[in-house]
Amino acid sequence: MLKVKNLHAEINGKEILKGINLEVRPGEVHAIMGPNGSGKSTLSMVLSGNPAYTVTDGEVEFYGKDLLEMPAEVRSHEGVFLGFQYPVEIPGVSMVNFMRAAINEKRKYFGQEPMSATDFLKLMREKRAIVDLDNKLASRSVNEGFSGGEKKRNEIFQMAVLEPKLSILDETDSGLDIDALRIVAGGVNTLKSENNATIVITHYQRLLDYIKPDFVHILYKGRIVKTAGPELALELEEKGYDWIKAEIDKNEL
Amino acid sequence: MNALKQYIDLYDEHRQLVDSNSAPLLNERRAEARDALSACVLPKKGSENYEHTDLSAMLATDYGINIARQPMSVNPAASFRCDVPNMSTALFFLINDAWARTDNSFNKIPEGVVIGSLRKVAAERPELLADYYGKVADMSNPMVALNTLLAQDGMVVYIPKGTVVEKPIQLVNIFSSDCPLMAFRRLLIIAEENSQAQLLICDHTQNQEQDFLSLQTIEIVAKAGAHFDLYDLEESSHRTKRISTLYVRQEQDSNVLVDGITLTNGQTRNEYYASLDGRNASLSLLGMGIEDDDRRIDTYSLISHNVSDCTSNELFKYVLDDNARGAFCGRIYVAPYATKTEAYQANRNIVVTDTAKMHSKPQLEIYNDDVKCSHGTAIGQLDPQQVFYMRARGLSEDVAKTLLKQAFMADVIDGVRLPALKDRLRMLVEKRFSGVDANCTACGADCMSTLEHI
Repeated sequence: MLKVKNLHAEINGKEILKGINLEVRPGEVHAIMGPNGSGKSTLSMVLSGNPAYTVTDGEVEFYGKDLLEMPAEVRSHEGVFLGFQYPVEIPGVSMVNFMRAAINEKRKYFGQEPMSATDFLKLMREKRAIVDLDNKLASRSVNEGFSGGEKKRNEIFQMAVLEPKLSILDETDSGLDIDALRIVAGGVNTLKSENNATIVITHYQRLLDYIKPDFVHILYKGRIVKTAGPELALELEEKGYDWIKAEIDKNEL
Repeated sequence: MNALKQYIDLYDEHRQLVDSNSAPLLNERRAEARDALSACVLPKKGSENYEHTDLSAMLATDYGINIARQPMSVNPAASFRCDVPNMSTALFFLINDAWARTDNSFNKIPEGVVIGSLRKVAAERPELLADYYGKVADMSNPMVALNTLLAQDGMVVYIPKGTVVEKPIQLVNIFSSDCPLMAFRRLLIIAEENSQAQLLICDHTQNQEQDFLSLQTIEIVAKAGAHFDLYDLEESSHRTKRISTLYVRQEQDSNVLVDGITLTNGQTRNEYYASLDGRNASLSLLGMGIEDDDRRIDTYSLISHNVSDCTSNELFKYVLDDNARGAFCGRIYVAPYATKTEAYQANRNIVVTDTAKMHSKPQLEIYNDDVKCSHGTAIGQLDPQQVFYMRARGLSEDVAKTLLKQAFMADVIDGVRLPALKDRLRMLVEKRFSGVDANCTACGADCMSTLEHI
């Protein structure tokens, strides 16, 4: 599904990603962990096409197509979804209008007619239930005045509506209390299938109690420095990142 | 040469013609206007309050002036129906600057209310207007003096004491001419004690490729307890210029809303002067401008809090695209004894391109310390994070930006107190931003087909 080869990227002239290699296959869940500033969020932004970041080297294939050539909206149509660490507030644009535009733009991309009002409302109702999102929130402006938990639930709601092939969830667990975490993780698990894949970016093991990863990668200084099974997350929880940092920094000297 | 001199000469030469095609009350004020005009020099571009508007350039085109009053023979109301749902209004027309006869049979207006031709009402009932005509507006403003010198007709709205006009009044201003034309539009609105009314003015241009200049002066008097809303909706053409001076005088407990909406225009200079002269008077002054290509908009406002306990709320928002130019200069004056004043002023702007420009100058002038006042301005771009968030959900850059621009105007639209107009405006703004010409065809008022019958 996704093949990342030697990916280098920078923002404002500062190189953040220094050669990422990663392969994701349908049905897999990958967790990416790492200390602050290691490039986790940058990776998610680059994969989803944020124009603020510049790719300087490497390639990314998504189902055989060159992902880096596609503008952000085309990546979305093709099935890449980014769950934002900080969902953006958009005052004056209602959630309903936003989602209607998102669905119909995707349908247009695939040469389909806009969705009928009845089908749209039915879809909204059905998908809201997955993350227990209040109907009132759907009629409000996008993320405006939402609590931290509501914003993250809203991200998973949008993911449910758009049915992506690859979901990249950037610190979806940050700012969540334990109940909200359960709901969000429950949503992700409900949407999981053998045809889609998830990349979970997180600092903490606790999210991985709910979303079981097949692979855990450690990102440090813009590279994936270690890849192992779920047991690696437990080891990190216990020992922190220092032993990894020491190992890498020693090799660099 | 003083650009104003040509108009003084024109008046001196055709005084008889000007006067005979107007009313004595209007003619009486011309002497004062002539004196004021010959005493003043047209403010140069760059001078105080005219930083970004060149009046002499706006007046430079050789416009025709219809002082002989070529008559309009057909009644536009006979074939006109406003087909915007729920927007039922009592409808009137000014073609260029002449009152078009209107069949009042389907304009159900309460008894005592006078809505009609300024020329006709000034001739038949001068006592209604004499205390206000040319007295609310400031003759030392050259644009007011010029309008007063040559205005021959316009509209009067007189609402007697205690009368509530339920149906909104609508005035459609139409430019229609085969040669360049300047119109001297003049409005006088008198809302007597505890009366209530709402007026919607729509500016349209029929001949899109013709040069027009509208020189408009509006005087509004809101007596004690009166409620009056004015919505001034400009949907003219790329080659239509407009210089508008609006003066409002408010007595105690009056509540006035003035909303200047520019959807399409060529070049616009709007001046607003509000005098809060009675306690507990309240004013909302709102405006928006959607400018692209090389369109221009310049707003000047002066709100004077002359007595205690008055409130004013001012909000102007522009979106400037392509090579558009925008300017805002707003001043709030609070007099020494005007304690407990609440005055808020905000001007917010989105500049979409590198080549569009916005100038903003918010000003407060406060002479006592028992007030709540604020002023602020912001000029910025669309938030790239918001745009990216929307693109990440599959919206194209254009769609995302259009939605954001619409959202930006939401609070000005929400300030509209006529529900049907609010809906209509939302639609017009959406169409304007998504590239569909908001002008005329989208409006639904269908003025143009009406004109074919004139």
